Amino acid sequence: MGMHAQLTDGQLVARCRAGDEAAWNELVDRFSRYVYAIAVQAFKLQEHDAEDVFQEVFARAYEHLNKLRDDEAIRPWLAQLTRRLCIDRLRAGSHEQPEDSVDPMDVDDAIDRVDESMAVHEALAILPDGCQDILDRFFARDESYRTISEALELPAGTIASRISRCLAKLKVELEGRNPDVSAS
Amino acid sequence: MTSYDEEQLGALLSALPPAPEAWVKAAKELPVALERLGEIVERAKADEDYRRRLVADPETALEEADVVAHTQNIEIIRRRLDEK
Repeated sequence: MGMHAQLTDGQLVARCRAGDEAAWNELVDRFSRYVYAIAVQAFKLQEHDAEDVFQEVFARAYEHLNKLRDDEAIRPWLAQLTRRLCIDRLRAGSHEQPEDSVDPMDVDDAIDRVDESMAVHEALAILPDGCQDILDRFFARDESYRTISEALELPAGTIASRISRCLAKLKVELEGRNPDVSAS
Repeated sequence: MTSYDEEQLGALLSALPPAPEAWVKAAKELPVALERLGEIVERAKADEDYRRRLVADPETALEEADVVAHTQNIEIIRRRLDEK
């Protein structure tokens, strides 16, 4: 984990604004899945449209770092920007993918779910590296037990139990962040 | 936030797959690309003939300047030229 991974979103934005190249790399790493998920899951953009939106979001983010009202609010700002650019893209390419093919209520629900996933991924980042790696490979990267076993040099028969143990740790981490919920 | 079981946690983890590596790499290289785009726009502001060529065929102008002619780079050039 790089030193910038420990920074809050606001601290990271401030470092980016100061021209810190490593901070910009971390910002892209931190939010690339988020922007990608909004484009392809919430708006169901086709791959080439999603790529254009993705690059445009980060280009505008870089250009407008000085104009953010609240550095800590970079995530909702990126979500709003991605949403606007996706809508523009759907309107521009209406012959391929009509704008009305996307229900605004479905988009809102999908973005809520992406936000919830981000919260889970943030909790995941607190877990030991071994747990982060195995859960990300299995769930987010959709790798098989065999692939994970070879990549991490672990006996294939232990992968399922390790995943289960890491999920239990993740649940504890999330409930530690929301003690009222775990008691309910 | 609700209390999660393993299945829900797995589903939420699955909902954030990594973006394609090439996209992430290009986004990380944006500061350098934007600096080059800035140089191109400055040149266009100072050289009307170059500006005409840039507007007429941005792809070639970008490639000559060793900048990937992505749609967003062309859009940035157009936007910055319009800001004049």
